[in-house]
Amino acid sequence: MSDKKEMHVLSIYVENHAGVLSRVSGLFSRRMYNIDSLSVGVTENPNISRMTIVTHADENTFRQIQNQLAKLEDVKRICELHKDTSVLREHVLIKVNAKDTTSIMQMCQIFRANVVDVSKELLTLELTGGPSKISAFIELMEQFEIEGLVRTGLTGLKRG
Amino acid sequence: MIKNGSDIILECLLEQGVDTVFGYPGGSILNVYDSFYKYSDKVRHILTAHEQGAAHAADGYARATGKVGVCFATSGPGATNLVTGIATANMDSVPIIAVTCNVANSWLGKDTFQEVDIVGVTMPITKHNFLVKSAADIAPTFRKAFKIAASGRPGPVLIDITKDATAETAEYEKQIPEKIDNYKLESGVEDFDKVIDMINAAERPLVYAGGGIIASGASDELKKFCDIIDAPVTLSVMGLGSYPASGERFTGMIGMHGSKTTSLAVKNCDLLIAVGARFSDRVICNPDVFARNAKVIHIDVDKAEIDKNILTDAHIIGDAKAALSELNKRLSKKDHSEWRRRIAEWKAEYPVKYKSSEPFSPENILKEIKAAAGDDTYLVTDVGQHQMWAAQFFGIEKPRHFISSGGLGTMGFGIGAAIGTQIAEPGSTVINISGDGCFHMNLQELSTAAKYGLPIIDVVMNNNVLGMVRQWQKLFYGKRFSNTTLDKPTDYNKVSEGLGAKAYTVSNLDELHKAMEAALENREGPTVINCIIDSDHTVLPMVPGGESIEEPILEITPDGKEVR
Repeated sequence: MSDKKEMHVLSIYVENHAGVLSRVSGLFSRRMYNIDSLSVGVTENPNISRMTIVTHADENTFRQIQNQLAKLEDVKRICELHKDTSVLREHVLIKVNAKDTTSIMQMCQIFRANVVDVSKELLTLELTGGPSKISAFIELMEQFEIEGLVRTGLTGLKRG
Repeated sequence: MIKNGSDIILECLLEQGVDTVFGYPGGSILNVYDSFYKYSDKVRHILTAHEQGAAHAADGYARATGKVGVCFATSGPGATNLVTGIATANMDSVPIIAVTCNVANSWLGKDTFQEVDIVGVTMPITKHNFLVKSAADIAPTFRKAFKIAASGRPGPVLIDITKDATAETAEYEKQIPEKIDNYKLESGVEDFDKVIDMINAAERPLVYAGGGIIASGASDELKKFCDIIDAPVTLSVMGLGSYPASGERFTGMIGMHGSKTTSLAVKNCDLLIAVGARFSDRVICNPDVFARNAKVIHIDVDKAEIDKNILTDAHIIGDAKAALSELNKRLSKKDHSEWRRRIAEWKAEYPVKYKSSEPFSPENILKEIKAAAGDDTYLVTDVGQHQMWAAQFFGIEKPRHFISSGGLGTMGFGIGAAIGTQIAEPGSTVINISGDGCFHMNLQELSTAAKYGLPIIDVVMNNNVLGMVRQWQKLFYGKRFSNTTLDKPTDYNKVSEGLGAKAYTVSNLDELHKAMEAALENREGPTVINCIIDSDHTVLPMVPGGESIEEPILEITPDGKEVR
């Protein structure tokens, strides 16, 4: 069994009740499991929400996480999303200083990022993509002075 | 039929066959108590002195019977006073339903008088919990809650209901509860094949059984299993009684205060089979060397227990009774007479005995109590040295007859749990083994036992100190006895009598014998027997924290040397 900590993406179907988020996040914190990101939203069925949790864990801990989650009454189904067989996306909004608009726009073109808000001093950009693309874009934007930034955390679906 | 929410609660209890609950009224729960008044010929409400007592009583009731225990409390402090009891039940997988009422819907979240988010508070210590905000949701929630509490690995469920939901009306129709079938296996043929191959290949198997055997009623199957595979068996604290202590195959308890025979068996076995047990830190001590020469099989109803504390080689997920029955069907009789002979030698060489020149020793006290009360006694305990002495020396013969807070280690558990046990088993002898520290934690419940005429025998092993903590201070903290010397002015006889109990203070075996006779004779109410013992008795064997269970301390000489 591998002791190496690896990134895992879990997609969890939960009852769309008040308190479900506390139950899931509480389980992670009290059992010392790590959460890199967590995103949640309703599904096509309004009674069911879907959580996407990114965690770093070794093989045994990752199995523990799934077994413990399965014990929560509000958790209906758990599946792991693998990079190769899933579509994994994240969304970011970045506010940057608008001094060098031309360069910023060039970068946006390369990354297919959109400008969603403009003011005299600031540009607000949005980008959707895999986590490494998002991180690369953020790194590039740092030279223009980032005034504010928000990432959604990963969401995903199995392919096909 | 249209009923108000409170009547629906009572109807739901009746649906589930609940005829006794434990609780304490208050403002937010007034409507429900009005229904208790109305239903008083159908549901008996036992009024404790404190909500914690009600939670422990529901827990004791559940442990003694296997049925779901039920307790009630009001919002805010009433609800928070249940918390220790709920956490105790959660750690030991005991099915209880705790019902609390909260402030009205419109006042939720506004720091209202006696408002606490008890659902938030109890999330980590319940199997599941609910906030019910309308009368129409009460019946479906209760049905779900009883099912959750009693199915699979049992556990506590809390239902918090707003005050307005208990007053408003809703349609109620009686339902016969769905039968809970726990006799189930999740593992398939391959898991069984692997386990059977390992058992067939083993030469020195050891069975380690826990509370799961009791929860699933698998004592007969356990006995048969040990006979078929010709293996010795050890028990965790939670497992005591699931295999008779007098049984020849029993090696004694496992863990921090387990027997040396068990330590040697764990060290020398080539296959350890855990059934309905969870490899707690108090059992395995140092996980890196536990059962170092053995392959490990884990049989448990809770998949999340597999590979949690130690890595195992094979497992079966499922109810202990179902799993053992299936194994018993498929296994053929083994003979490990050489291994059995070695175990017998160790048992003869290292008996679990208290080494003391003092005749009024913990062992002799417990043996005297056992001799007077017999094997049918329900032995409840508090937590500390006396608990371990009871576990070591009383010799529990039957499942559900040892009722103790194993996982949470809740001081003050005993008297409440004894009340629940005695209510469940009115004709039986119920003895609570307590210490002077624990006695002071919930002694007000003596008045509950007296009020309801419960003939509980409360034995206080009074050494004037918090013995277990003092023992650690003595061994590992240079005898710096920080805050463990009690020196209380308490007059045990007066306090006990003041709360309606009979009381005796004894300081030798003769006096204890007489007091026990009188206590057993008295079926009208509780008796406290205050046993004055030395402050320096220790619980041995003992594995110091973090060490291997292979070399427990067996004796501490008068000059302080450890004998291993």
